[in-house]
Amino acid sequence: MSVPAAAVGRRPRGDKIRGRAFYVLLLVSVSVGFVLLGTLLVDVLQKGIGYLDPILFTEPASANPDRAGARPAILGTIYMMLILLVVVVPLGVGTAIYLEEYANRERWYNRLLELNIQNLAAVPSIVYGILGLAFLVRGLGLGRVLLAGALILTLLVLPTVIVASREAIRAVPDSIRQGAYALGATQWQVVARQVLPAAVPGIATGSILALARAIGETAPLLLVGALTYVAVDPTLLGSFTALPVQIYQWIARPQDEFRLLAAAGIIVLLAILLTMNAFAIWLRNRYQKRW
Amino acid sequence: MATKDVTAGAQPTIRLRAERRRIGEDVIKGVLALCALVSVATTVGIVVALLEPSLEFFREISILDFFSGDRWAPLFNPASFGVQPLLVGTLMVTVWACVVALPFGLGAAIYLSEYARPRVRQTLKPALEVLAGIPTVVYGFFALTFFTPLLDDIGIQVGIFNVLSAGLVMGVMLIPTVASISEDAMTAVPQELRDGAYGLGASRLQVATRIVVPAAVSGIVASYVLAISRAVGETMIVLIAAGGLAQISLDPREPAQTMTAFIGATGIGDVPTGSIEYKTIFAVGLTLFVITFAMNVLSIRLVRKYREIYE
Amino acid sequence: MPDMESAPPAAVRIAGVDDKALAERQEAGPTRRDVLFDVAGLTASYSDVPALRDVSLEIYKNYITAFIGPSGCGKSTFIRCFNRMNDLIPTAKVEGTILYHGLDLYGPEVDSVEVRKRIGMVFQKPNPFPKSIYDNVAFGPRVLGWKEGLDERVEQALRQAALWNEVKNRLKASAYSLSGGQQQRLCIARCLAVEPDVILMDEPASALDPISTTSIEDLMHGLKRDYTIVIVTHNMQQAARVADMTAFFSVEVDEESDRRTGILVEYDETPTIFTNPGDKRTEDYVTGRFG
Repeated sequence: MSVPAAAVGRRPRGDKIRGRAFYVLLLVSVSVGFVLLGTLLVDVLQKGIGYLDPILFTEPASANPDRAGARPAILGTIYMMLILLVVVVPLGVGTAIYLEEYANRERWYNRLLELNIQNLAAVPSIVYGILGLAFLVRGLGLGRVLLAGALILTLLVLPTVIVASREAIRAVPDSIRQGAYALGATQWQVVARQVLPAAVPGIATGSILALARAIGETAPLLLVGALTYVAVDPTLLGSFTALPVQIYQWIARPQDEFRLLAAAGIIVLLAILLTMNAFAIWLRNRYQKRW
Repeated sequence: MATKDVTAGAQPTIRLRAERRRIGEDVIKGVLALCALVSVATTVGIVVALLEPSLEFFREISILDFFSGDRWAPLFNPASFGVQPLLVGTLMVTVWACVVALPFGLGAAIYLSEYARPRVRQTLKPALEVLAGIPTVVYGFFALTFFTPLLDDIGIQVGIFNVLSAGLVMGVMLIPTVASISEDAMTAVPQELRDGAYGLGASRLQVATRIVVPAAVSGIVASYVLAISRAVGETMIVLIAAGGLAQISLDPREPAQTMTAFIGATGIGDVPTGSIEYKTIFAVGLTLFVITFAMNVLSIRLVRKYREIYE
Repeated sequence: MPDMESAPPAAVRIAGVDDKALAERQEAGPTRRDVLFDVAGLTASYSDVPALRDVSLEIYKNYITAFIGPSGCGKSTFIRCFNRMNDLIPTAKVEGTILYHGLDLYGPEVDSVEVRKRIGMVFQKPNPFPKSIYDNVAFGPRVLGWKEGLDERVEQALRQAALWNEVKNRLKASAYSLSGGQQQRLCIARCLAVEPDVILMDEPASALDPISTTSIEDLMHGLKRDYTIVIVTHNMQQAARVADMTAFFSVEVDEESDRRTGILVEYDETPTIFTNPGDKRTEDYVTGRFG
């Protein structure tokens, strides 16, 4: 491609204007999200601050917005988080160990397994709710109980934990494994005494982020029966609700005050999420190994 | 003092077989494989959970009626089971979400990949992820209580529940999805291609739009497909802000009901198990699942394609 | 002290190889040849493509044996056959026999973990575990179930590796705080702590500076008394300095398929290989005409 001598040295003005306009467009693209986020936060704070008081944390839901609180919802969220922690982390890490350390990639069933996990990660969350409805609530006859909600959330975030754990395990250099094998360690000894300890920071960070995602999920819980009007503290096999569901219920109420109450609930929810994410990031920065 | 193992060393007879058959190792491998099977069981469970009641449903309502009918009123008397209003509702919201997510997501990706300084990129990229981490119920609240009145104030006469509000807010939520995968695809394009173009006197705009974007196109398309899939599968924003009126309308200022919103609304209520209304949850759910599944498979294939080219 | 006049006439001149050192070796070398490994017809392949073909030789107890040759001749693959490290690669296959104390290492019912307890390995790039110096050395014994007397074992291993004095006051420090040469000696100590028969070294000094290299070579001379050492090296001078026996491998190119396979060309006492090799290919290599 030959360039005419006159064009060398100075770019035509049209070009420059176009270049600048494009740049502005790009900046707008990047900013749109943040502008909306900022507006959202300000709006929520404005609306909810009035209802952000101890009643929110100590009282159950009520038809009277001045006396309504989110106590069963907050407890429900906390209980489910604890169950999630105990169930989804071992399952996810176990699957990740199997895929990274034990499974022979050439075999078709292992490749299918990987593909399956990739697909599960993209299934709409409400489909998990349908799964729970069919099997746990009606099928197993568990009913609309906390345990059902927790189990469904487990399945929902399991792929996320698996992916994060796999990355953490994969990051451990192979030379470490070779060194351990060469000393006469069995496969499990290599995994449990060298690979896992080195991968713990990444696994912990990934798990916390997955849990944070689970806390914000509403749709599956709607189907698994997070009853929208719960006046008692939740128990494992009793009726339950969760914070996002309570927020939804308040939004759906006609009175304006309930909208403000919903905003207060949102502030609490976002605060919990912010703490968890910040903790996960701090964990990652503090303990991440540099190979 | 350490003593040398008697069987090693100069003795002619040493044993190289394990003392005990290492059963523990096999047990552990079995337990781990079982963990992995949970994910398989989940998929099987989803398929069975969707198929069984759907098959029963389609024995009562013909598939033709289901897909060709234009009135969706399963709880009415007389009931009507034409799913088109739900499909149109989903499509409408998705289109408006794409109007926001696809161009702005790509724009953000181009900025991050071609224009931003490394330090800016390092802070902006995770910051964008924050957008994706906000619970959808919060976005729904924002769409209903802030955005809809805002649209009214601008002069667009929208109803309390409308497609436009839900769609646009959902679009913003999906910007990070498009941006992150597109940006990955663009950063994978080798620097030599850019340098070659710069060397010929191309501007940054030209390099970005004529060299990098075409080279990364399969990754970008993958991000689009994934965003669409997420838009189709999203529940709370539409449940809260788009309303529950299943109708066929191309006017975004009107309310609409998506497949997901219908499932959500019906699931909350107490429909008797085994009734036809109960089964509609599964029939619509199956339709939803098939659509998103097809898109996810496509998206995974596309990502693999661009990874193959450059990695 | 042998004097220069009685050194055998050098039929071939090799730069950097000291005739005097060779002569010392010839006089002071081990005279007894106890066969420790008997390799017969060994062929190692990856995905059915042979990397190394039909190798037969004997390794003698308390000798230092070196494998030399151009890159791609399969010497690393070969040395990894001795402790069954190739088992870790799913596509690797080994045919032929390696008799160790009369038992075929690849025989049925032979447990590779047991093999590695007796035949240890030090790698090219030092690969200490992300743990303390003490825990690195103690890992082997712990994994073998030797729980008592750990402190003594660790000290003895570190002394044997000539590292004790440098680290005795900071055993709890991270292994990564050591220099490259120290890390490699730590890996040797780690290997010694499980009290193996044999130490395999795959280019142990190639990632180190010359001073560390010398200390490793001196170490080898000391360890020879109690252990049998096999070393892969691309540095001919190093082989001439440390090895009693040297095996020269080369690459055979198949004319039709353009496939490169490693073969054993010549195996003899080191002085012979370097001063009076029998095969022309050996002579070409050690005089630097190729490779």
